[in-house]
Amino acid sequence: MLVLEEVTVQAGQFVLPPFSLEIAEGECVALMGPSGCGKTTLLETACGLRRGPAGGRIILGGDEVTNLPPGARGIGLVPQDVALFPSLKVREQLEFGPRLHGWNSVEIMQRVEGLARDLGLENLLERSPGKLSGGEARRVALGRALALRPRLLCLDEALTGLDEARHEEVLGVIRKMIEVEGVTALHVTHSKKEAEAIADRVVMME
Amino acid sequence: MVKEGGNQAKIWRVRPEWPFLLFLVFAVAAYLGVLLLLVGANVLTVSWRQAGEVLKDPNIQHSIKLTFVTCTATAILSVLVSVPVGYLLSRYRFRGRALIDTLLDIPILLPPLIVGLSLLILFNRISPSASCWILAGGALAAAGWGFGRGENGIVPRFFTGGAIVFGFIAWAFGGSDHSLEEVVSEVGLPMTFHPLGVVLAQFPVAAAFAVRTMRTTFDQISPRYEDVAMTLGCNRGQAFMRVVLPLAGKGMVAAGTMAWARALGEFGPILIFAGATRGRTEVLATSVFLEINIGNLPGAAALSLLMIMLAVSTLLVVRFLAGRGGTV
Repeated sequence: MLVLEEVTVQAGQFVLPPFSLEIAEGECVALMGPSGCGKTTLLETACGLRRGPAGGRIILGGDEVTNLPPGARGIGLVPQDVALFPSLKVREQLEFGPRLHGWNSVEIMQRVEGLARDLGLENLLERSPGKLSGGEARRVALGRALALRPRLLCLDEALTGLDEARHEEVLGVIRKMIEVEGVTALHVTHSKKEAEAIADRVVMME
Repeated sequence: MVKEGGNQAKIWRVRPEWPFLLFLVFAVAAYLGVLLLLVGANVLTVSWRQAGEVLKDPNIQHSIKLTFVTCTATAILSVLVSVPVGYLLSRYRFRGRALIDTLLDIPILLPPLIVGLSLLILFNRISPSASCWILAGGALAAAGWGFGRGENGIVPRFFTGGAIVFGFIAWAFGGSDHSLEEVVSEVGLPMTFHPLGVVLAQFPVAAAFAVRTMRTTFDQISPRYEDVAMTLGCNRGQAFMRVVLPLAGKGMVAAGTMAWARALGEFGPILIFAGATRGRTEVLATSVFLEINIGNLPGAAALSLLMIMLAVSTLLVVRFLAGRGGTV
């Protein structure tokens, strides 16, 4: 599904040496490594959020996406700080992608209701992001990333900052949603426990 | 355990903090005292009767109206300019960014009279052809600098295009010996010694303050929102319009208020470029000047108090927005 071929990234003084990775369809891979090794930089490059890599190729679902804009890649992103749009209610967060892509209102409604049910957000749809707990915000961000049925789900240390109880709860939701949606996932984390709990395979970056 | 008779620690002696506290209070009180005296001097100079008489004067009423209209127009123009400029400076890292940043501060640093004098010379001594040649030269220098540094993107090409367009316009105007003022007057937008010129004279400094405010506003909005919006299918423009701009609302109001307040206090450029013609280009700042010139000190003080009240009100609006989570 996702193939990174000798991808090199230069970001100011930081240079990520050539890195290769292959993730099969439906597989969940955890990317681990020490702080500053370039995990997030690599994830952002895969998402198209950085200028095209200095070298190498990115292939997603058989299509080369190395120089495609982020929105054309079919990737859902849950960033570390969640980044729920402050001016939108939970329902609008989930509808954001489908509306942008011109889905009709029935499709949007069905998708939002389905996601709300699976993520346990039915009672939160009219809430603003400021009134959500950390765990609820993570579930909304996951729903927003999955709403368009992306080819690849990228999770960038998405559980950082949660207390133990919420951490376990959200971990369970992520695991369930990856199964339900059958989505391929790349999960950047520095927690070995989290990586083992969620991923089919753990890849270490030096 | 406390050892008896040994070298045990006693309570340490710390010098009292009241002298430092007193110094802080003295410094603040002295500064506020000066400000209070300035306002108080105006209050003591004017009586209610005199203030009423001044405010009933048709020329002053026209001046108040023109002040509100021009300050509002300047504030709107400043926000329109400061939003894209502030966003560019906040989000993009490019060569020449520091230079642009410095150039944008020039209106704040320049003596106000020079802004007015420059406008007067530009509109009355420089032909449109020369203006376009200046712009073409600037665009060509920017493009050459970009290409010289190995850039081959859209920005140096944009500047090249700009240089060609301005060069063509300069060539087209080549035969004309009209001034820029004559050209804009022909299309119904006279500037020099005209109410429209008041807006133009207020604009450079007001916009510079608005740009600073908008840049701070965008700096405080996480770029992550745009990243997520772009993975969901937005291009950068859509991410800006759908996600960033709704979050920048309070900052825009603050930038507009700041520009409005700044335009209210503008005097030098207006006097030089738009003049201080009673009932025509007179705004509150020039009214104060004219009242002093005719020896009506109580009238000038009454107008000063009105301006102080307006300035304090606008500052309170800005502070209120900042307190309510605005990004000022």
